[in-house]
Amino acid sequence: MNFTLKIWRQKDAKSKGEFKTYKVENISADTSFLEMLDILNNDLIHKNEEPVAFDHDCREGICGMCSLHIDGLAHGPGQAATTCQIYMRKFKDGATITIEPWRSAAFPVIKDLVVDRSAYDKILQAGGYTSVRTGSVPDAHCMPVSQADAEESMDAAACIGCGACAATCKNGSAMLFVAARVSSLAKLPQGRVEGARRAKAMVAKMDALGFGNCTNTGACQSECPKSISIAHIARLNREFLAAKLED
Amino acid sequence: MSCFLTNSSLGKKVVMSVSGAFLVLFILFHMSMNITAIISPEGYNMICEFLGANWYALAGTLVLALGVLVHIIYALILTINNYKARGNQRYAVTAKEPGVSWASKNMLVLGFIVVVGMGLHLYNFWAKMQLVELLGQHTNALGLSPKDGASLIQATFSCWGYVVVYLLWFVALWFHLTHGVWSMFQSMGWANNTWYPRLKCLANIVATVIFLGFAVVVLCYALGFVTVAA
Amino acid sequence: MAFKLDAKIPAGALDQKWSNHKAAIKVVSPANKRKLDIIIIGTGLGGASAAASLGELGYNVKVFCIQDSPRRAHSIAAQGGINAAKNYQNDNDSVYRLFYDTIKGGDYRAREANVYRMAEVSNLIIDQCVAQGVPFAREYGGLLANRSFGGAQVSRTFYARGQTGQQLLLGAYSALNKEVANGSVKTYPRHEMLDIVIENGEAKGIIARNLINGQIERFGAHAVVLATGGYGNVFFLSTNAMASNGSAMMQCYRKGAGIANPCFTQIHPTCIPVHGTQQSKLTLMSESLRNDGRIWVPKKLEDVKAIRAGKLQPSDIKEEDRDYYLERRYPAFGNLVPRDVASRAAKERCDAGFGVNETGLAVYLDFKTAIARLGKEVIKKRYGNLFDMYEEITNVSPYEQPMQIFPAVHYTMGGIWVDYNLMTTIPGLYAIGECNFSDHGANRLGASALMQGLADGYFVLPYTIGDYLSHKIQAPKVDTTTKAFDDAEKAVKAKIEKLMSIKGQQSVDDIHKKLGHIMWENVGMARTKESLNKAIVEIQALRKEFWKDVKVVGRENDFNVELEKALRLADFLELGELIARDALNREESCGGHFRVEHQTEESEAKRDDENFVYAAVWEYKGEDQVPELTKEPLNFEFVHPAQRNYKD
Repeated sequence: MNFTLKIWRQKDAKSKGEFKTYKVENISADTSFLEMLDILNNDLIHKNEEPVAFDHDCREGICGMCSLHIDGLAHGPGQAATTCQIYMRKFKDGATITIEPWRSAAFPVIKDLVVDRSAYDKILQAGGYTSVRTGSVPDAHCMPVSQADAEESMDAAACIGCGACAATCKNGSAMLFVAARVSSLAKLPQGRVEGARRAKAMVAKMDALGFGNCTNTGACQSECPKSISIAHIARLNREFLAAKLED
Repeated sequence: MSCFLTNSSLGKKVVMSVSGAFLVLFILFHMSMNITAIISPEGYNMICEFLGANWYALAGTLVLALGVLVHIIYALILTINNYKARGNQRYAVTAKEPGVSWASKNMLVLGFIVVVGMGLHLYNFWAKMQLVELLGQHTNALGLSPKDGASLIQATFSCWGYVVVYLLWFVALWFHLTHGVWSMFQSMGWANNTWYPRLKCLANIVATVIFLGFAVVVLCYALGFVTVAA
Repeated sequence: MAFKLDAKIPAGALDQKWSNHKAAIKVVSPANKRKLDIIIIGTGLGGASAAASLGELGYNVKVFCIQDSPRRAHSIAAQGGINAAKNYQNDNDSVYRLFYDTIKGGDYRAREANVYRMAEVSNLIIDQCVAQGVPFAREYGGLLANRSFGGAQVSRTFYARGQTGQQLLLGAYSALNKEVANGSVKTYPRHEMLDIVIENGEAKGIIARNLINGQIERFGAHAVVLATGGYGNVFFLSTNAMASNGSAMMQCYRKGAGIANPCFTQIHPTCIPVHGTQQSKLTLMSESLRNDGRIWVPKKLEDVKAIRAGKLQPSDIKEEDRDYYLERRYPAFGNLVPRDVASRAAKERCDAGFGVNETGLAVYLDFKTAIARLGKEVIKKRYGNLFDMYEEITNVSPYEQPMQIFPAVHYTMGGIWVDYNLMTTIPGLYAIGECNFSDHGANRLGASALMQGLADGYFVLPYTIGDYLSHKIQAPKVDTTTKAFDDAEKAVKAKIEKLMSIKGQQSVDDIHKKLGHIMWENVGMARTKESLNKAIVEIQALRKEFWKDVKVVGRENDFNVELEKALRLADFLELGELIARDALNREESCGGHFRVEHQTEESEAKRDDENFVYAAVWEYKGEDQVPELTKEPLNFEFVHPAQRNYKD
């Protein structure tokens, strides 16, 4: 298969970027999208050009390192998949593919397609944990958790922190990310203990970092590679309101 | 507690949600009132008289205006925030995410149309009814009594231009409500995966009932199914 | 001068060693902990759990990772689960049995005391993770569920769907975040360690490159902990993440840390087969699939031909024409034999011509029987996400047709030599998790890597590091302007400049692929004296080629992925040779190391317990010099090494 690629190139955070057009040829349909970029990069290197910088690591859809806005969609075509899990058979032979970095004020571009997502770490540092010390914990079986609650908690915990939710949201809102962590812990007795504190602190941090407001479009859940539901956002809203009304 | 409604993104959404709910209730009330105009123009005029320039009605109007204002101001604040959060560099290509409704991404535009329509509506009706009474006058620009709402409806919708504009306005309101109604439950946290289909169904019902309730009055008068005895 | 290895194994009964040791080692008072700095490299299960725990204790911790967030370390990709000796299934599990299974699974090449300690703290890990909010799978009664895993006859594996590694890492990462919020831990994402700084024979800090702007930075500390994971990417294609590397290990090796048993690399039996020459990465399918999947190839070669030609679908092959070779050869364990055994058996069938895809390098993993027995819904619940992932990649639904699988490099049991305290041969330098050599012997059992990383990070290192640091309470903050730091930084800069100045013809990946090919063909699943000697010669030549002909585009003071890769490949090119040398030295077959010369008549691995019951520890002797071997004898006081038998 052959493709024309329109790729965003930007030297560094301060420079102005632009689209550049590249051609890749003889790509097998079983090639993954990122392998296709590897092939392009190897060609570029042989032509003495700088390869396209993009984030990636596990290539199994779990580390959350890969990003990319492909043809207008976060993580490209295909539901419930990260960019590394997209295969070229999803595209038409001869297609022109536009590749952009995540665009969000809270995710500044570092280079080309690489963005800085440390804002997500900062939100979690504000309260995305249970305050227990190593070794100070009770036996695992002292707190039974219903299977349904454990499953729902796991649904939310599946978040890989890739940033697609904020990147795809027209409001640049990180609500799905924040909600996933809050909701996952809220469904478990061990997380409930400091549920109110957590919801307030994480929402405050999210706001302070310049993320937008949720307007319930549901674009985040549509583009989330782990299909995390906006029902978790509802739970975050509930947790937050309840916490604030107690203040 | 007062601060989170103004400081926090979630608090602002609560204000949007509560003010929106209030406006939906008002619209439902307004609509049922309008329906009276096709059943009994006289009855409708009695309501108009009751809701004229008395303190209860006036207080109600002010509260309503406040609700509208809060909803609009918060919408603008949120939209400006959101625009900034999106960053300076926009996507060159965007596509529609599967399962995302058009209305949900265009609430501000829809709201804007609703507000413009509301301006027109206030000029067409409120300025010729309650305002006239407040100013202590006894006839409006059309030479009708400010309490004769039914004749005012008839006069307004004898112009086909207004019929079309009003219907477009109701369509915009319909779209706005299909997202707005379930969304206010979501913002209050009263939603989950079991209830999404139910809430969205409810939103569609409310939006459609409101659309039909308003449209039927306009059409009945425009098509002459109802005429007011001179 | 050869190493004087002292494993510092405490005396006493097996189950008393760790308690005795804890009682004997020194502790640091809270007031003094505040004055002590610790650097941790890597934020996987080992690194993150250690950073969190040491931060809680009050030390000043600086933790580095090459990814953009600590949460992305490759521990996150572990799918199946984590072992613990809770005996929740009432199937007669115990600390001793977990210890025994691990020693046996490791083919009697691990240290008894370390393994026992790991088994001992395994239960604490589960408690800890549950308290952190890890959503482990639960039974209807609300208590924790278990599944069984290869190499064990009990169900002791705790899991969170097919994402156990992710959930455990998020637990450790959230504990780390808690300490970042408390101010005791500072994270340095997108920073890569490029050298260790040694002063007066002790680890005093590191030189790191800021991957965003290419700046070379110095960091000093009273102790340095490596938690950098495995070096499987020396094979180019592996299940490791793209950036996983062995460079930190090699930097320490060159400064005096011994590397033990580097040839012990694990080939995982259930990966998706290679599809072409342009592939960058192999994808693992969880070993848990072997719980319900049955592995087979056709009995008849004509069926194999028909399948390869596309004339037959695997589902067309009749039951009696299928060779469930694991069940045939190993009736007691069947499809749940340890990884090395399953991998070699697959290779044996493919070498005999029964491989089922166009490359002849694939076998089937079939769920037909399980679906018939349990129903599609149950299978979907257990493996749904894995099945979907497989279908995304291959365009084939495992509900309809069997999966195709083939072994691939997955884990490295070998690594930096450490004593019982997890300290390397360099005082003040520790190594935890996959990057050390200690607990898995010659082969690691499924669901034990997570256990080791967290055992080391939560429950071992926080105690043992205190013993060393208790001698440092008078030491001032480490001065990073000394000659040792100057020299290390200069050397790093010189190396980078040299790489940038070569401007040759081949990209880093071009050469890495060649290295991978040499490694897989000669130092892979079946090794011979000839193949290993050949590999050593070829790697040496390739190393020369690299330093003459590599092309690194871009600038050094910039975000430059090619430079990062070149630096890592330079180390792989030395490591590859070391692996081959170690494999050559080990004239026996054991676990993941299979020497063709040493096999039983039934083609099973043949250990040599007369001559090779030792950890082979290699010492760097200079560039292009043959490293020196020191042996750490492994004394089996409590378990008697026997031939591993998974037949009955």
